[in-house]
Amino acid sequence: MADLTSEFLGIKSPNPFWLASAPPTDKAYNVNRAFEAGWGGAVWKTLGEDPPIVNVSGPRYSAIHSNDRRVIGFNNIELITDRPLKTNLDEIRQVKRDWPDRAMVVSVMLPMNEQTWAKYLPMIEDTGADAFELNFGCPHGMSERGMGSAVGQVPEYIQMAAEWAKSAASIPVIVKLTPNVTNILPPAKAAKDGGADAVSLINTINSIMRVNYDTLTMYPSTDGMGTHGGYCGEAVKPIALNMVAEIARTRETADLPISGIGGVTDWRDAVDFLALGASNVQVCTAAMVYGFKIIDDLVDGLSSFLDDKGMRSVNELVGKAVPSVTDWQYLNLNYVEKAVIDQDLCIKCGRCHIVCEDTSHQAITNTVNGERRFEVIDEECVGCNLCVSVCPVDGCISMQQLTEGVDPRTGQPITVEKANWTTHPNNPMRKA
Amino acid sequence: MPNPFPSTGSSMSKNAPDIRTGRLTRQEIDANFGDLHPPLKRPEALIEADRCYFCYDAPCTTACPTGIDIPGFIQKIRSDNLRGSATTILEENIMGGMCARVCPTEVLCEEACVRNTHEDKPVEIGLLQRYATDPIFEAGTQLFERGEATGKRVAVAGGGPAGLACAHRLSMLGHEVVVFNRDEKLGGLNEYGIAAYKTVNEFAQREVDWILAIGGIEVRSATLGGDITLAELRDEYDAVFLGIGLGSVNDLGVETLPGALNAIDYIAELRQADDKSALPVGGNVVVIGGGMTAIDIAVQSRRLGAKQVDIVYRRGPEQMGASRFEQELAQTNGVRIHHWAQPIGLLGDDHVSAVEFERTRADNGKLVMTGERFTMDADVVFKAIGQALVDEPLTDELQLERGRIVVDAEQKTSLDDVWAGGDCVRGGDDLTVSAVQHGKVAAHAIDRHLRG
Repeated sequence: MADLTSEFLGIKSPNPFWLASAPPTDKAYNVNRAFEAGWGGAVWKTLGEDPPIVNVSGPRYSAIHSNDRRVIGFNNIELITDRPLKTNLDEIRQVKRDWPDRAMVVSVMLPMNEQTWAKYLPMIEDTGADAFELNFGCPHGMSERGMGSAVGQVPEYIQMAAEWAKSAASIPVIVKLTPNVTNILPPAKAAKDGGADAVSLINTINSIMRVNYDTLTMYPSTDGMGTHGGYCGEAVKPIALNMVAEIARTRETADLPISGIGGVTDWRDAVDFLALGASNVQVCTAAMVYGFKIIDDLVDGLSSFLDDKGMRSVNELVGKAVPSVTDWQYLNLNYVEKAVIDQDLCIKCGRCHIVCEDTSHQAITNTVNGERRFEVIDEECVGCNLCVSVCPVDGCISMQQLTEGVDPRTGQPITVEKANWTTHPNNPMRKA
Repeated sequence: MPNPFPSTGSSMSKNAPDIRTGRLTRQEIDANFGDLHPPLKRPEALIEADRCYFCYDAPCTTACPTGIDIPGFIQKIRSDNLRGSATTILEENIMGGMCARVCPTEVLCEEACVRNTHEDKPVEIGLLQRYATDPIFEAGTQLFERGEATGKRVAVAGGGPAGLACAHRLSMLGHEVVVFNRDEKLGGLNEYGIAAYKTVNEFAQREVDWILAIGGIEVRSATLGGDITLAELRDEYDAVFLGIGLGSVNDLGVETLPGALNAIDYIAELRQADDKSALPVGGNVVVIGGGMTAIDIAVQSRRLGAKQVDIVYRRGPEQMGASRFEQELAQTNGVRIHHWAQPIGLLGDDHVSAVEFERTRADNGKLVMTGERFTMDADVVFKAIGQALVDEPLTDELQLERGRIVVDAEQKTSLDDVWAGGDCVRGGDDLTVSAVQHGKVAAHAIDRHLRG
């Protein structure tokens, strides 16, 4: 059995799965249940100044569903904790005392002045918490007050607040980043420059879920009015993975530990984050959709996967796929793949044909010798993978590399020699 | 309707047939004649609709005699666009509501579904079609408008699926239509012939009312060959469509006895009965035939409380007109199906008490008798061996072949102002859906003819 124990910034936990700072970690009752279920750690729901903020008493959440009501995307307008600071601190202290082997990180969000940070952080650290996570991510509500993503969108503010936190705290400081930026690298660099020990990402994405089709008003709404929320869940994972990988593969930020967040639902999602550079993962939406029991699959699914790969610990997986992520300009333009349809598996739905015919390269037949039959026309196939993507039968269409002869589409001989855009004759900026 | 079970003399007789009413309570019968396939609820429909792959040049559409864009209507179910979904269905098949209930989908659209290839479970197209169309009939929503009046008048003989489909499409095309209907109600076999548990809650009449509501269709009570002649119709109207069905029942070829009944007559009475528990039902019922009607009468007899029901068919299961699904439906209702036997005589004095059969076999595809005989007790014998065209009103004027009207690909008969469709034409397959297609195709051909 692979060892799932995790150490992040020196904080040990029995597995790399932490509950993210969010409604599931709002109070001791929930966190105790999560730890009983087997979660490795929790980032306590964001604390702020006293007196606490208030939440709306209408809808805070909504979802995008599949037709069988599976939740694909999720949205929330809940603010940070609405409970008195002392209540939270007492509970954090007690939970950490009761569960010493679990990671206990506390999320904080404070106004942009140093005195406030100096006042609150020692008070929170005194609970015995393992680390701080600075919430520079929430895109709704608090951002209107100059906090959350309003900070995370300005690298100078990130750096400034990280510095204040570091000087007020003796435990590690993680900066949680907002994805509501065009480039994740400046915020990540700012966190590092401010002395942060790690980053966690992503927080939620600005979103409006839909309109109410009867009233033609925004849905959901509070007394007829709505406000944008933060989008999360399975649908956002690809956005998160890109940002994680960007930080992991960029020289200036590559040594910054990453706690990966965004749509982790089953163990494969965790493999994605870990292989692309995260050292552990945080989960919220999946727990809010299915309850804490999903930890069973996360843990033993990941463990079996590591066993199958001959890996003894999570650390062997971390960053494994990072070297495979590069810029488009470095992709080998001499490499040629063609789609191949396994006629024994083909159910003749024709989806590959119609999407190729309508929207791509007219490279799949619909009739061969008068019979309904779908075959790839190598002379037209550019290897785009669209047919593989839409085929309803797993494994029926595969991409296969041409290793010799001539590409029937271009007439160019297949070569093992690599060549990319940087030296391509059509590139006006090509290197000599 | 005459009593199908005339008195058989003294009921104290030792050999008196076991025929009586009230074998089951009204409640039991109501339960037995509820919806065979209950409609899908919205969550079920959405999940089922999600199973559709939205195939290119979809095999299900190719398999549908009316060519309904099946992936198209299912796509609209997924987006809760039921009105659009129903329009997609009904514009190709105006009886898409009935067909959703009675089509043998297992040998049509659902047999063609590509899901069969890798999971042996097709999309439930019939149930989805019903889900999409039910709200239209419940609300009486009209989806189609009568076209701009052309001043042309078309006579439609027969108020069954072919005739009504033709009449509706002609009205959409702006022609005036007069439907001459023989029966008390419109709908033909939809009203009189289909098993009761396939079309509950008077659906056939609701569908007829909805079809007529487009306007421009007048209905008159008349029988072709009786009250009116084809010559008169051709004289008075700009075009004629014949959808007269098959008005007589094939002969068993043996001497008949009381208690030997036509299955379709009994089914018609059953369909029209206010209280099915008041119908006389035999204890031992023998059904002769292998088509849908044989299954329908056998299953309904069981559901009315018959103790023992046997279907006897002269060939094997593969040759039965009833689909495999229908055969299994009979068997799960406790009906025994016997193959390779042909009746050679009805036994009994003043009422049938048994049927004598001779075993048959196929010899190079030809049916031959083996000489081996057996008898089967019967209180009632139902003949379900097919129907025949009443051809007297037509013979002199129309080209017939093997007892059916000959038509071309556009349903045109040998007369250049007469079209025909449904069960009465050569090449038909006795399905409602095919009759609707004939009516639709004929209406467009008539329209082109009239606009010349």
